[in-house]
Amino acid sequence: MSRARADEEEYWHSSKFRAFTFDDDDDELSQLKESKRAVNSLRDIVDDDDDDDLERVSWSGEPVGRRNKLPSFQSLSDVFSDTGVKNYAPELRRPKTEYKDYSSDWSPKDTVRRMQRGKVLIFLKRTLRREILFRELEVRQVALCHLIHFLKETGEQKLLLDLLRFLDRTEEVALSQYREHLNIQDVEKRREFLKVCIGLPFSAEDTSHIQDHYTLLERQIIIEANDRHLETAGQSEIFRKYPRKASILNMPLVTTLFYSCFYHYTEAEGTFSSPTNLKKTFKIPDKQYVLTALAARAKLRAWDDVDALFTTKNWLGYTKKKAPIGFHRVVEILQRNNAPVQVLQEYVRLVEDVETRLNLATKYKCHDVVIETYRDLKDRIQLTAYKCKVERGSAEEEKINSILNNMQIRWKN
Amino acid sequence: EHEVEKMFTLKPGRLPQADVKNIIFFVRPKLELMDIITDNVLREDRGRSPQRDFHILFVPRRSLLCEQWLKEQGVLGSFIHREQYSLDLIPFDGDLLSMESESAFKECYLESDQTSLYHAAKGLMTLQALYGTIPQIFGKGECARHVANMMIRMKREFPGSQNSIFPVFDTLLLLDRNVDLLTPLATQLTYEGLIDEIYGIQNTYVKLPPEKFAPKKQGEGGKDLPTEPKKLQLNSAEELYAEIRDKNFNAVGSVLSKKAKIISAAFEERHHAKTVGEIKQFVSQLPHMQAARSSLANHTSIAELIKDITTSEDFFDNLTVEQEFMSGIDTDKVNNYIEDCIAQKHPLIKILRLVCLQSVCNSGLKQKVLDHYKREILQTYGYEHILTLNNLEKAGLLKPQTSGRNNYPTIRKTLRLWMDDVNEQNPNDISYVYSGYAPLSVRLAQLLARPGWRSIEEVLKMLPGPHFEERQQLPTGLQKKRQHGENRVTLVFFLGGVTYAEIAALRFLSQMEDGGTEYVIATTKLINGTSWIKSLMEKLEPAPF
Repeated sequence: MSRARADEEEYWHSSKFRAFTFDDDDDELSQLKESKRAVNSLRDIVDDDDDDDLERVSWSGEPVGRRNKLPSFQSLSDVFSDTGVKNYAPELRRPKTEYKDYSSDWSPKDTVRRMQRGKVLIFLKRTLRREILFRELEVRQVALCHLIHFLKETGEQKLLLDLLRFLDRTEEVALSQYREHLNIQDVEKRREFLKVCIGLPFSAEDTSHIQDHYTLLERQIIIEANDRHLETAGQSEIFRKYPRKASILNMPLVTTLFYSCFYHYTEAEGTFSSPTNLKKTFKIPDKQYVLTALAARAKLRAWDDVDALFTTKNWLGYTKKKAPIGFHRVVEILQRNNAPVQVLQEYVRLVEDVETRLNLATKYKCHDVVIETYRDLKDRIQLTAYKCKVERGSAEEEKINSILNNMQIRWKN
Repeated sequence: EHEVEKMFTLKPGRLPQADVKNIIFFVRPKLELMDIITDNVLREDRGRSPQRDFHILFVPRRSLLCEQWLKEQGVLGSFIHREQYSLDLIPFDGDLLSMESESAFKECYLESDQTSLYHAAKGLMTLQALYGTIPQIFGKGECARHVANMMIRMKREFPGSQNSIFPVFDTLLLLDRNVDLLTPLATQLTYEGLIDEIYGIQNTYVKLPPEKFAPKKQGEGGKDLPTEPKKLQLNSAEELYAEIRDKNFNAVGSVLSKKAKIISAAFEERHHAKTVGEIKQFVSQLPHMQAARSSLANHTSIAELIKDITTSEDFFDNLTVEQEFMSGIDTDKVNNYIEDCIAQKHPLIKILRLVCLQSVCNSGLKQKVLDHYKREILQTYGYEHILTLNNLEKAGLLKPQTSGRNNYPTIRKTLRLWMDDVNEQNPNDISYVYSGYAPLSVRLAQLLARPGWRSIEEVLKMLPGPHFEERQQLPTGLQKKRQHGENRVTLVFFLGGVTYAEIAALRFLSQMEDGGTEYVIATTKLINGTSWIKSLMEKLEPAPF
């Protein structure tokens, strides 16, 4: 919902026809007079212009003093029994099974009742003991929906949760409570609140997410405190060179990982701020980890670190480069961070798909790779054509020439 | 003629100067608007004379909550009149009506709140009062059933409303949005659809980046580049727009260039005008020609802006994945493109549209796939989005596959939703609006007219909600007998939102030769995939109160 849509003109069409109005309020009410006993106490509230009773209740919904002239709870319950009011608020009276159809058949009379029922609900909410209210509402779906909606709009969290719990709508309870964390600005309080949320009746999957949310915030608080200290102390080089633009609090996990790879890359797994610790704690998949670490190290132009990310030693001690993501992605990220051609070239060379490799190599002027690829493809025409793309007299031109002159190559064209 | 001096947009702060006695606030019953009104009222200078009176009109109905809120702020008593103005259906064009109720879908499908359905029914009663009782009502969906019931009930309650107007509409078709959750998720490919997808059309207005619309004046040097977005109104009153709005975007270019030639030639006519009479005639045509030229210039600029987007690699990749899903390819696996987009942190709504599309085209995702997507989304965008994901599940857009079987291929084949041989330039089928995918909702309308829903009973059962038919009695003498060759008129009411592409598809059916039916469209809201998903996202800013 956007606030003041100042720029938008409301496009409206002046209506030429009369709208349905409900000026016959009084007639409806006269019908309601049929049953005086229970209705009397409620009718005062329901009369349109009588605002006195509403005034007495504070906005938070807590009744300011019980009304003494309220009939006992017993007789109020009778309002809802079949022997009680005949015409008043019939929707509240009908058995559950009839509900679905009946509630949809609204007439203007029903509308009036509905509007008034809203006030009735509010009145009931404020004066009836919860247990009775909830019990009555349980069998009255429509009224129930209205009340839930009303409670959500007015932010009456506690009552809403009690109601949902009563109805055994446990997951809704959990989510509804979790939503409240957004209203807590203080991080420590938010962290405590999240800890409580973990025990709520979420689904198994969701519980692990909430758990992660809590753990993440807990870590972020520690990291933030520590890093702020480092920053102000002015001793750490990385923080001097790249001052932080924002705090890490409440950032998503991947953003936190990026931050960690940027500022705390070399730390041992034992510390809360090390990337490997984050990876382990949150079970971050290799793919995501490598991508994030790559982005961070590339931004810092730490090409050696990038190299190490993709280098693995096999049991014979030979090093090999591999990546859980395609090397074309690696090239993309490196290029976006203005990696020098020599570095870029290494990775373009590793792109598996030949066409992609050629495209990237040509695009980023990785001449050696182009030359080598055409040589491997035994494509003399293309190789010769590529000569004009390299500088005259350069090492690349020499390379092309020596390959073209190589008698041992069986060219395909 | 009603002595309204001025109209202002609602803004916080002091009310603007106006020498009037009465000030009427004309608003929807939203709490945040109440805050603005309170601000306006409190800042009013009570010492001024003459004093101004305040009134408030709620559209379409009063709200206890809003009035209570105003009371809490201490300003309720400042209003002399507090009324409601039952404006339910707002005409947007000659064949289009909308309630512009943004929250209708969320209320109906997530909160079981049928308020908007009530207003839809009321709007329909008003329509019938003006245009005659609609003799036949067809519907598919729970909400459709509710609206029909309400209509019948309302008719009973007001027997006096039986009028002697010759019915304009032969049929009313009520459709729940959740019968077709697929269509709004796909990227629309009509001219108007793309404008809405990229820039957002609000109440027939669109705001565009101003650079392309700067008037080219020699010698200006470009120092006065406009910074305000260019605002244009888009409706069928503009000839050229009416011609191109519903075309597939790829067919717009040729229309524009043809138009350019015609207008050029028309302006060239001035060289041929010799007699005074001829010159006079030319001059009288001038305003029309200038309007046409300006219109052409605007739409050429808009088309250029759109083309920049549609020719981009990302648009192409996105569209490819959408079309794969819609034609049933690989809907049961984690999709690489979606994963890449999450990894590159593309806008969340884009991701949500894609995963929801995959879910709908698979009748729900396998638990492992769903969990995988959810985890990646929460880790990349934040855990708080669990709330939105929950809403999407409730709406049926992103959920686990419960029955273990995927109904979508059957639905797709029976209703011919995917057409390989689509012709974008000269379409012969409604699938041109998505370059291959025929909107399910419009197919249902199409099949209802011919040969009728009996032929698709099995498929209808696979779609959510009941389907039904109701007849309303017409007073004798008003029974319409269609002349040979005269078209039936069907009002299609989309409960929960409709896209411009679906409107284009229905207009296409209307103008088909031997189609037999003309369509008028009504809805709770004009939507696109982005605005629709946004309405289901949990508001993550802290509550204003």
